[in-house]
Amino acid sequence: MSVILVFLVVVIGFSFWWLSHQRLMSKPWLETGAALPATDVPEMPAAKVALGIFLAVVGSLFALFASAYFMRMEYADWQAPPLPPVLWFNTVVLVLASIALSCAVRAAREDRMDLTRLGLAAAGLSSVVFLIGQLAAWRALSAAGHFIDVNAANGFFYLITGMHGLHILGGLIALARVSALAWRETYSSARVRLGIDLCAMYWHFLLFVWLCLFILLAGWAGDLVAICRQFLA
Amino acid sequence: MVDATPHAEQGIPPAETPELELYHPRGWWTTYVFSQDAKVIAIQYSGTALAIGLVALVLSWLMRLQLGFPGTFDFITPEAYYQFMTMHGMIMVIYLLTALFLGGFGNYLIPLMVGARDMVFPYVNMLSYWIYLLAVLVLVASFFAPGGPTGAGWTLYPPQVILSGTPGGQGAGIVLMLVSLILFIIGFTMGGLNYVVTVIQGRTRGMTLMRMPLTVWGIFTATVMALLAFPALFVACVMMLFDRLLGTSFFMPALVEMGELMSYGGGSPILFQHLFWFFGHPEVYIVALPAFGIVSDLISTHARKNIFGYRMMVWAIVIIGALSFVVWAHHMYVSGMHPWFGFFFATTTLIIAIPTAIKVYNWVLTLWRGDIHLTLPMLFALAFIVTFVNGGLTGLFLGNVVVDVPLSDTMFVVAHFHMVMGVAPVLVVFGAIYHWYPKITGRMLNEAMGQFHFWVTFVGAYAIFFPMHYVGLVGVPRRYPELGDVAFATDSVHSLNAFITIAALTVGFAQMVFLFNLVWSLRNGREAGGNPWRATSLEWQTPTTPPPHGNWGAERPVVYRWAYDYSVPGAPEDFIAQNDPGSRHRGAV
Repeated sequence: MSVILVFLVVVIGFSFWWLSHQRLMSKPWLETGAALPATDVPEMPAAKVALGIFLAVVGSLFALFASAYFMRMEYADWQAPPLPPVLWFNTVVLVLASIALSCAVRAAREDRMDLTRLGLAAAGLSSVVFLIGQLAAWRALSAAGHFIDVNAANGFFYLITGMHGLHILGGLIALARVSALAWRETYSSARVRLGIDLCAMYWHFLLFVWLCLFILLAGWAGDLVAICRQFLA
Repeated sequence: MVDATPHAEQGIPPAETPELELYHPRGWWTTYVFSQDAKVIAIQYSGTALAIGLVALVLSWLMRLQLGFPGTFDFITPEAYYQFMTMHGMIMVIYLLTALFLGGFGNYLIPLMVGARDMVFPYVNMLSYWIYLLAVLVLVASFFAPGGPTGAGWTLYPPQVILSGTPGGQGAGIVLMLVSLILFIIGFTMGGLNYVVTVIQGRTRGMTLMRMPLTVWGIFTATVMALLAFPALFVACVMMLFDRLLGTSFFMPALVEMGELMSYGGGSPILFQHLFWFFGHPEVYIVALPAFGIVSDLISTHARKNIFGYRMMVWAIVIIGALSFVVWAHHMYVSGMHPWFGFFFATTTLIIAIPTAIKVYNWVLTLWRGDIHLTLPMLFALAFIVTFVNGGLTGLFLGNVVVDVPLSDTMFVVAHFHMVMGVAPVLVVFGAIYHWYPKITGRMLNEAMGQFHFWVTFVGAYAIFFPMHYVGLVGVPRRYPELGDVAFATDSVHSLNAFITIAALTVGFAQMVFLFNLVWSLRNGREAGGNPWRATSLEWQTPTTPPPHGNWGAERPVVYRWAYDYSVPGAPEDFIAQNDPGSRHRGAV
């Protein structure tokens, strides 16, 4: 369970850091009411705060999958399936999606709607290609006889990539809505900008999660842990 | 909505966030059924939770009938007993307590107490309820599925959970249970994001975090914990669903069933236990923290005294929340873990007692020399303190590995967790309903029925669970539908079992009186007025009662003080509302 604990240390650490800026040491019973303190409500839009918290939940989900993966890996019969080469291609495509969204964010800020739309379309397209690529990876594995029920490592592979794909799919719905808005409006309104910001945030996070999962599924994480252990010993 | 700019002249800063654009329902359906108003959603959540809780209550009667008078009731077979037990536990912990505290009280109280007009994302909030309802319906459907609901115990431990010997294991029962849990978690996440973001972003002017009532602190922290802990249950449920439906072996080791080798192999049941309890232990505090918060407010209001050590109370809530993530394995002392792990988890478990004890001392010190009004909410709050301390003390026994090992899986454990996370939070639920019912409906609950409900529930709960500790110490195991003729069970165990059953049925009857009171007082209760308890927090200061859509009329309130200005020396009344701009020491020299 070390992965989830490390993740929680980060989340709880951040929460405590935030709380420490909320005047936790104040003595409300002495505040007489004449001087009204500011409420300290963050200036960030509520949707952004909500997405940040939601990403913590998603992070916790994948950290738990990773924890379970590590715990199962320690058993002697562990045998991970070979990594389908198409995953490399998928990774590049997902990176492209993230870059496209970053461009869209910038273009929207500079009110260049053409570029914004291009960025959104490119991001959507590469995400769809990513999903198709993941399906191709599944097919490649099952064609080689690595079905889901052959052993635990295969099960984890399908489960974790599937769960990540579902999250991309959910993101695509949001992206489609934002794109529709961007196509309807003639200038870059606050709503469009916020929507694109949120999409970009979500995609960057899912890219980060995918990179971690890729390292995990490729078996490098195990090596990394072994090296760390040796180093500590 | 109008923003109150005139205040600027009086040195009041303008609102830091723009006004929420409020959704206005246009017809009956969107006002009362598919409503986006947090107050309506709160009532929907509470109604659904109480309804499914009633099912769990009836299941507990059936279990007690079997335990008290074994062999008398033919329809309670061992299989049926296991199904009752499983569904009772799961419903009470998740579908009743979690949903009621966070979905019910959270939805009703957070926007009102922080001075918001509604939750930040009303549409998502509405979805949250409907997904919760769907989860409950899927759960109920499992009663009617072929083979009935799952009987694996509420912990759903593999491998027995999906074997044919367990009721519902190879039928639809376990599948429906897992799907229902997954739905519940999705629905809860939607609601939970709302509760957290509303506290962070929706507060009115002057409502700093350290001026919030402890109820909001409790619900806020519990929601953050739930958002981080429920994914563990989600992961466990999805993996188990894969094992059951797709033939994977995440949790299923190689095993022989009825003389035949099953196709599973290589799975780790312990992995499930880790995931389950990584959710399961924070869950205890997800239920307890809102109760802690609410009870603090009840005690302060009904003892007419400011809460003792407000800052400490806030810190204790936050620290308990963080610590509760590193104690999960104390549920697994008998799983064969490394002794050093046992030592570690016993230590963290005992450390949690420190912030918890701080809270108990502060409640007692709030009562000390207070102007105690023995109203119904206060009675329930006092009963909570006593019960929680009782349950906490047996927790010290079970938290230590060497004492836990012989007591594990006995009725002692059942008595312990019913005291600490069954009876104690439920007493707070009742106290809170008696306290806020006047705000929700505009009428008081009937006092005589309330007194009857309180005394029978309080005394009855002790009649049930005190003897159960003894029964457990004698060695009676939990989860056994029938004890049979065993040497270690003395005559007193058998007669106590019958006694407990009669007490349980009596307490159950008192709950019917309570439910009747809820309905009866809607029309016949005494008119309450806006602030019957003369309380300070914002929800009692709404322009009309029950609060209208949007809560506050033209202007949101401005907060000038904390929520505990009771019996301030020199003040004209014994409370000063949070939105009262007057000087604290009005009239004082």
